Amino acid sequence: MNIDFSLLITEISLAILGLTVFTLGLILPAKSSQKGLGTFSLCGLLVILALTIASWGNQGETLGGMYLADYFTSFFKILSLTALILVILGSKNYVNSQIENHLEYYSTLIFATLGMIIMFSAGDFITLYLGLELMTISFIVLTSFRRTNGKSLEAGMKYLLLAGLSSAVLLYGLSLVYGAAGTVFIKEIAGNIAQGYFNPLLIVGLAMLIAGFGFKISAAPFHMWAPDVYEGAPTPVTAFLAVGSKAASFAVLIRVFLGAFLEMQEQWTMLIAFLAALSMLIGNLTAFAQTNIKRMLAFSSIAQAGYILVGLVAANEAGIKGVMFYSFIYVFATIGAFTVVSEVYNKTGSDDIADYAGLSQRAPLAAVVLLISMLSMAGIPPLAGFTGKYYLFITVVQDYLWLVYLGLILSMVSVYYYLRVVLVMFRDEPADPAPLKLGSTASLTLWLTLAATLFLGIYPWPLAKLANTVAIAFLAGL
Amino acid sequence: MAGALNPSYFVVLSAALFTIGIYGALSKKNAIAVLISIELMLGAVNINLVAFNKYFTPEAFSGQIFAIFVITVAAVEVGLGLALIIALCRRRNTTALDDLDWLKW
Repeated sequence: MNIDFSLLITEISLAILGLTVFTLGLILPAKSSQKGLGTFSLCGLLVILALTIASWGNQGETLGGMYLADYFTSFFKILSLTALILVILGSKNYVNSQIENHLEYYSTLIFATLGMIIMFSAGDFITLYLGLELMTISFIVLTSFRRTNGKSLEAGMKYLLLAGLSSAVLLYGLSLVYGAAGTVFIKEIAGNIAQGYFNPLLIVGLAMLIAGFGFKISAAPFHMWAPDVYEGAPTPVTAFLAVGSKAASFAVLIRVFLGAFLEMQEQWTMLIAFLAALSMLIGNLTAFAQTNIKRMLAFSSIAQAGYILVGLVAANEAGIKGVMFYSFIYVFATIGAFTVVSEVYNKTGSDDIADYAGLSQRAPLAAVVLLISMLSMAGIPPLAGFTGKYYLFITVVQDYLWLVYLGLILSMVSVYYYLRVVLVMFRDEPADPAPLKLGSTASLTLWLTLAATLFLGIYPWPLAKLANTVAIAFLAGL
Repeated sequence: MAGALNPSYFVVLSAALFTIGIYGALSKKNAIAVLISIELMLGAVNINLVAFNKYFTPEAFSGQIFAIFVITVAAVEVGLGLALIIALCRRRNTTALDDLDWLKW
């Protein structure tokens, strides 16, 4: 078999980087010298990101069709690597003060990214499953990383059990689809369905796939794990979980449902529309009652999953474009917000919204970034979130108008709980007026996310055009 | 071939096993019991994969290869699960899921 290694360049270099960080950490003598590992991984990741961008036009399939490389995978590779770089850059202070084993932390983060990339580049179910598990298991380890902290352990335990349950359901669905369609290759399944190959097992399998992937993107009613895990996990891990794991799962949803089951569209769009509506409702309405900012952001991320699912309901190129655009801007808004949360926790030891009182006086940059990120998530123009929501909801105006109304109303509702935090930050007097000094790398991350959110809101066309080209190429390549 | 095994027997067996597993995973109060129930569900998946491989695509081995990967990953998951249970036992002195109530609103 001919293996085209040039298509695997991102994956191979990520694996090498992960192993190198791990080995270096073991060789380095003193605990203090481990602090350089973050910088080392960051440099390595920047090189890999450059390599990935440089190999943008590399297309094809390798390993006998088990592994695909096209514009679609390149786009999501760039997205995951950008998210990882921002998370590592923003979490340096937090890691230095809260986390003991740097080598395991950084290498596990890198392996989680590798899992994501393998998952959405998979051409068959076996590779897809392996990538998914590499990602999930890495995230379980990362969630329970502060193993002397009872909350972190509890979150890890809950994540492990629920993720195990959901991957068993997903696998059962995959096995039924394999039995009904007679192949594990996504492309061949589409071919068999197009030939009128139809089987009730396929429908059951499809429903189970939706349940399994619904868990990964934390869409209601499969969202129960998200608030607990988001609260208990170390904050940078929460940020990466919210962004990376979700974006990668959306990519694989598009790959499987549009790649293999496009012919059976009428069987699953209604189900996805139902999930989207329920996620928007539950996410936005439960976020009101939260007093812990990480929990509130968890419910808001459930609502965001609902918005992104709307693009999948449309199941056309405009829908795919909407999903890609929104996933990308969501990276900046979420990482900006969580970087502020981790910096505040680092200084005050608290995640309660009440302790954000007077943040605008103590750390103006952090307060502004949190404000802009939250307004972007709520979809206020001219921020990036508004453009993203526009691209998503415009796709279903004709067929699912009720979904558009629901999304608009709930977006307005969500402004209330986002602005509640803003009010606490800008109106209330701080209990301790001493300025809260941000780390230099965290400030850099905050500036970057702020600039990206503003820029993509005011001038979204380059990214929108890119997403459009990729979506057209994706549908043409099916 | 009257009376011979046909694929529907395997599908029924695996569906039964899967249902027992999901019932156990949702009703058991102990972390280890839940892990065992999840293993049962994965066993059901493996029966499906191997049976479908034998009856529908006997010339290719994708189902069997898939089953081997499922077994491997399941072992990894259980290893991680037991490690977490031990850590939890040391810190919080419990394996009962009802006691995991620090995170809620």
